[in-house]
Amino acid sequence: MSPGSLAVSPSKVAPSALDAAVLRRDFPILDQMVNGHSLAYLDNAATTQKPLPVLAALESYYRHDNANVHRGIHELSRRATVAYEEARIRIARFIGAPHASELIFTRGTTEGINLMAWSWGLEFLKEGDEIILTAMEHHSNVVPWQLVARRTGAKLRWLEIDSEGRLAIDVLPKLLSKRTKLVTFTHVSNVLGTVNPVADIVRTVKQGSDAIVLIDGAQAVPHLPVDVAALGCDAYAFSGHKMCGPTGIGALWARKSLLESMPPFHGGGEMIRVVEREGSTWADLPHKFEAGTPDISGAIGLGAAVDYLTQVGMPAIAHHEKELLAYALGRLAEVKGFRPLGPSDLSQRSGVISFTLGDAHPHDISTILDSEGVAVRAGHHCAQLIMRCYGLPATTRASFYFYNTTQDVDRLVAGLHVVRGIFG
Amino acid sequence: MTEQAPLNSLYQQLILEHYRHPKNKSDLPDKTVEVRMHNPVCGDEIQLQLKVEGDEIKSAHFAGQGCSISQASVSMMTSLLVGRKLADADALAARFTELMHGNASAASDKALGDLRALQGVAKFPVRIKCALLGFDALLEALKQSGHSGHGKIP
Ligand SMILES: Cc1ncc(COP(=O)(O)O)c(C=O)c1O
Repeated sequence: MSPGSLAVSPSKVAPSALDAAVLRRDFPILDQMVNGHSLAYLDNAATTQKPLPVLAALESYYRHDNANVHRGIHELSRRATVAYEEARIRIARFIGAPHASELIFTRGTTEGINLMAWSWGLEFLKEGDEIILTAMEHHSNVVPWQLVARRTGAKLRWLEIDSEGRLAIDVLPKLLSKRTKLVTFTHVSNVLGTVNPVADIVRTVKQGSDAIVLIDGAQAVPHLPVDVAALGCDAYAFSGHKMCGPTGIGALWARKSLLESMPPFHGGGEMIRVVEREGSTWADLPHKFEAGTPDISGAIGLGAAVDYLTQVGMPAIAHHEKELLAYALGRLAEVKGFRPLGPSDLSQRSGVISFTLGDAHPHDISTILDSEGVAVRAGHHCAQLIMRCYGLPATTRASFYFYNTTQDVDRLVAGLHVVRGIFG
Repeated sequence: MTEQAPLNSLYQQLILEHYRHPKNKSDLPDKTVEVRMHNPVCGDEIQLQLKVEGDEIKSAHFAGQGCSISQASVSMMTSLLVGRKLADADALAARFTELMHGNASAASDKALGDLRALQGVAKFPVRIKCALLGFDALLEALKQSGHSGHGKIP
């Protein structure tokens, strides 16, 4: 440490070295007029924007290196294969995966969860087995399990949420038994913003059962430092497009021993070792789960996104979003009739604010905000089970990313005043 | 850059009035047909209840929840249905659909009554579905009441 830095107490130094105003220059899409106003993009939980280095990686791949992977002996195929596999290594490292071969490329979170349901679920679930999931899940972590439960005779059991949108974790030990084969839940709620204490929950599950734990990380990997090894879970799914990457790419991480015990999900090229008329043998991990030509450019784009996020710094991103959240909740409280969902303890939530506003319907709110250039989402957010818990048909949701600023929040607040002007 | 669609043309007082104080929003005990329509995108939901005698609509009520546009539209629609022949109701739906697609003559058609206040919706394409939710239910109710050939010119 240099003598000069002694004057500053480290605890007083914010981990945030992030200048959103500067980073925004990497996102040309943010610099545009919408309905006569400059765009305030607050729909990041749906999908995030892509920075120039990601766009450049995609273009460079198609301009210079495009070829199929793992198939050709020629130079372009070699380059494409190296780029694809190097992206896998960087993405695996980004989430703390012990081995890159444990990282399966998928189309996104939904496909990762379906891979677990149709490969692991059909193979290992029997009549009377139990799957524990939560009332907080996105439909993509509900419907696959309903389908597989119907096929196998397994039962779904539900962990409820409290009035502040936190999982009723103290009830979990009572739900666990020898019959519990899987516990699955979201790391961060896309509606409530709740950040679930994954490591604690995994510990409880492992003490009370032999179940495996699958985490839906769609809203966590983009916003928090994630280390799957430290979390102790067995499988973890996430999407590239919510973390500055392209659409159509994502990944499923799972423990090697678990992946090795599972049959292939899709059959086809790339995933086999030897094909004979009577049957085939499978390629090693991860290729056993990647049938057919993969989304090569998507993987490379996601690799570039991960590099970008690493450079910005995940702790800085988490910090910036937390500050923005605190600022936003403070300012929004000024708007008459504003009622947010989710935990009041900010240490338990991420930069997602779902809310209601008097008797104005979310659909109307979002149309009015759109006419003011503010992009938010209205609806059930693919989480009808949460909506039912709170007796709401829909909410309006503003969700932040590191490129959002307090000006974006101010625009939201001003837009809600316009709503009040119309709806009283 | 897109042009600003006029917000005040969308949220006419009459629409807000129907949203806050919907007409015919109660159960119809002697209904002859009931249709439930749901917009999975936004969660809006309405149940339309009609009492049909012969080929005439005697009463029209609804229940459900949704945005101001879907609620106002169905409230206005039910007010216009009473005493209409099934074929007239069908024609009303067709005319309103024209209004939603920006047809200028529909906008001044007195037959549409209060529904004309919804003409601004045509400039908000993502909201047209909301305005048509009640009419989708109506067309289904007409079919179930034995009226066929809707939307077809003889
Ligand atoms: C919590 C959560 N899980 C799963 C998903 C599904 O992700 P995708 O549509 O990218 O597969 C989403 C995003 O919509 C989400 O927010």
